[in-house]
Amino acid sequence: MTYIPNTDADRQAMMEAIGIGSVEELLTVIPTGVRLDGALDLPPALSELELHDTMGEMAARNGSADRMASFVGGGMYDHFVPSAIGHLAGRSEFLTSYTPYQPEVSQGTLQGIYEFQTMICELTGLDVANASMYDGASATAEAAMLARSATRRDRVILAGSVHPHYIETVRTYAHGPGISVETLPCPNGTLDPDLLESALDDDTACVIVQHPNFFGCLESMRDLERVVHGAGALLVMAVDPISLGVIESPGAYGADIAVGEGQSMGNQVSYGGPALGFFAARDRFVRRMPGRIAGQTVDQENRRGFVLTLQAREQHIRRDKATSNICTSQQLNALMATIYLSLIGKEGLKQVAELCLHKSHYAAERIADLPGFELAFDRPFFKEFVVRTPAAPGEIVTRLADDGLLTGIDLRRFPSLEIENGLLIAVTERRTRAQIDRLVEALGKFS
Amino acid sequence: MSEPLIFELSSPGRRGVSLPTPDVPVRPVSSYLPDADLRGTPPGLPEVSEVDVVRHYTRLSTLNYHPDRAMYPLGSCTIKHNPKVNEDMAALPGFARLHPMQQDETCQGGLQLMYELSRDLAEIAGLEGVTLQPAAGAHGELTGLMVMRAYHEARGHARRKVIIPDSAHGTNPASVTLVGYETVQIPTNAHGLVDTGRLAELIDEETAAFMLTNPNTLGLFESEIRTIADIVHDAGALLYMDGANLNAVLGITRPGDMGFDVVHFNLHKTFSTPHGGGGPGAGPVGVRSDLVRFLPTPVPVKDGDAYRFDYDRPDSIGRVRGFGGSFGMMVRAYAYIRANGPDGLRQVSENAILNANYIMRRLEKHYPRTVLVHGTQKETPIPAEVPCQHEFVASGTRFRAHGVRMLDIAKRLLDYGFYAPTIYFPLIVPEAAMVEPTETESKESIDRFIDAMTAIAEEVENDPELVRNAPHTTPVGRLDEARAAHPKTLNLRYEKSLAE
Repeated sequence: MTYIPNTDADRQAMMEAIGIGSVEELLTVIPTGVRLDGALDLPPALSELELHDTMGEMAARNGSADRMASFVGGGMYDHFVPSAIGHLAGRSEFLTSYTPYQPEVSQGTLQGIYEFQTMICELTGLDVANASMYDGASATAEAAMLARSATRRDRVILAGSVHPHYIETVRTYAHGPGISVETLPCPNGTLDPDLLESALDDDTACVIVQHPNFFGCLESMRDLERVVHGAGALLVMAVDPISLGVIESPGAYGADIAVGEGQSMGNQVSYGGPALGFFAARDRFVRRMPGRIAGQTVDQENRRGFVLTLQAREQHIRRDKATSNICTSQQLNALMATIYLSLIGKEGLKQVAELCLHKSHYAAERIADLPGFELAFDRPFFKEFVVRTPAAPGEIVTRLADDGLLTGIDLRRFPSLEIENGLLIAVTERRTRAQIDRLVEALGKFS
Repeated sequence: MSEPLIFELSSPGRRGVSLPTPDVPVRPVSSYLPDADLRGTPPGLPEVSEVDVVRHYTRLSTLNYHPDRAMYPLGSCTIKHNPKVNEDMAALPGFARLHPMQQDETCQGGLQLMYELSRDLAEIAGLEGVTLQPAAGAHGELTGLMVMRAYHEARGHARRKVIIPDSAHGTNPASVTLVGYETVQIPTNAHGLVDTGRLAELIDEETAAFMLTNPNTLGLFESEIRTIADIVHDAGALLYMDGANLNAVLGITRPGDMGFDVVHFNLHKTFSTPHGGGGPGAGPVGVRSDLVRFLPTPVPVKDGDAYRFDYDRPDSIGRVRGFGGSFGMMVRAYAYIRANGPDGLRQVSENAILNANYIMRRLEKHYPRTVLVHGTQKETPIPAEVPCQHEFVASGTRFRAHGVRMLDIAKRLLDYGFYAPTIYFPLIVPEAAMVEPTETESKESIDRFIDAMTAIAEEVENDPELVRNAPHTTPVGRLDEARAAHPKTLNLRYEKSLAE
């Protein structure tokens, strides 16, 4: 079925009104040599009912977290999504509108952006935030680009404990402009400040660390901050927004830029997206920030209103001199995050973070008690940890899927980490003690 | 009338969602984490009830105009109807709660969808391979440029510059800069098309690519596209298609058949995924066969009856984002393609083109199409007999005599219950208004728009003040943009910290 309201009679009337006999007359500008001969080779159209059936079957072929107990994290997490979010963000007014080019009829979206920016600044303890980024990985890459332009230095250092996707994305972005990227190994699970100090030089634009890092561990942020700023480089922190309910903010640690994946704030994992990235920075970088930014102002009658602002940074004004090429970003996902943070509130965020701490530590301790299993790193962690397993983690994950468990991530999927028999396990507030016990029992079969 | 900020609704002790009590042993937080890492000051999030939240965001929503209400003729953005079934498909728990780091065996439905969508997009583009990873159109451009750079590097010379028309989207030159290339701009000729002679002069062995939108941003089809492709390929460069206007060519012609080597798709334009107030979108990229090896990793592939992500791609540019892409948008686009089928997709483009020409011809008396001849302020009319494709760009210079600008007309249109066209773009049309109705507007809807535009043109003659001061019926009036351009206006927290 198509979504075209006009009938043959409507089309006839329109063609008569403009003096043509067929639509073909409007296509004469397309040379015959490039015209498609025949129809596209695509499956035939489905009715809405058939579409439901076909795609329903497809979805049912997935082992998703509605049917399995998920301990999979690694940058996206099975946190609880309150019902109100979908109902509010699903309203046509938010869902189907576009970038607020006409602010007079887009105040809903614009005020939502302003509230989002404020919440991100509250979470990160930094001065300014933008309206959203594509995701955590690309936000990290954009932070590296900003650091380079702000410092006029050409080298970026990443902790090897940063999410491998973020590292790969930074490398991809860095290639064309000729930014050199160095990753420092973290064999003990976190970045050694002394190693970092020896790697820094006066051409280092920024150091990128994740906290808690890819392995779930907390970095030695106070020492790292001192070393980074001692070398005149910028400190970029990638953070988990949920962790900020209990863990110190990037601003308080002294970070210059904070980025991260915002999926945990009211967005579904959705096989990788769409979710959102966030980007916050010290005020002196505001004119170099990528992406849309909303600001508060007034209309002719002095009523409060919001507009997109500081647009002289952006591609539609500055073209090849823009600070970034971002146009469409993740507005609806940012709205979902805003609604999430409103619902969960100051106390709720702390409570979710504490539930993650309790449950992940309960799981970690029980798993570490199993013969043959041990925690890979002796470091404080938040909601995720690496376990060394007595059997190949890939095999464990595959076998436990039959028991309705999504056990975690086999770290051999990331060869650059050089971790043998490492299984990354995430435990959110959503996991029950019964599910954790079931996981422990199932893992026990490999002891 | 104005809605308070959510923070202004905050009342200590209110909660918007209840959480379970711990069912595992509980220890003090300081036993898990070092004191130095415990948060000192809690984030200043609001304390509100679910009722407060629901009412606040519902009231905010009513301040937005949106295409579920009426026509949203925002040229270049293809604001078409977003089928409701697509939302339900993306929300199926088997998709929405599928984690990207699960092993492939538990993701067969998701991988199948990605594999088939890639294949369908490749067919629509007439190209060999597709990556679904990019998150938006501009991200697709960036990815495409990285692929083209990798291609030239593999041939031993990265080259230096990319040619784009002066009518190009701003994202084109911005993306060029991001991959370390320089932009060279080529003027549009008096017919509103690429000046092929000038292209032949500009292109050289340092040119990596020519980026073109076809139909172009004036809504005109580049009839000399094969000649353009030959010029580009003879210079050893690649031809990139900005797919923003793909809604005009579905099933009629294909980028690959026109000679394009790389194209990006905007799933949120052509394939009906909702725009979300500024995203999420998705910007898959299609490429010709010898460029497939450079596409981002991973790529969904099919081995026998099983699907998996292929990571073993040594020539790949790498990742351009985390995980596999904006899968939820892929689900919607897949549903849209399956619902339409091959004939339906062609009808999409034919109806989009007919709707645009109908408006263009009926409005041309008041809103003629013109283009500025390069380097002069001379406006050249585009003859009425040259059809537009799915959109057209009208000029409002004639209203200057009454002290009225296209901005004023756009604002007045809001009073008539329509969203405004894209204005002041492309830059080569003075007082530009770019109108794109899409195929999902009925004749009645379009007629109402034409009536509104005509009425405004008459108001300009009879009561220009009314138009200059528009809008009159919106939740807020014209806003002082200059006043917002300071860091202190960007969030409540910073404003408060300055006050302290």
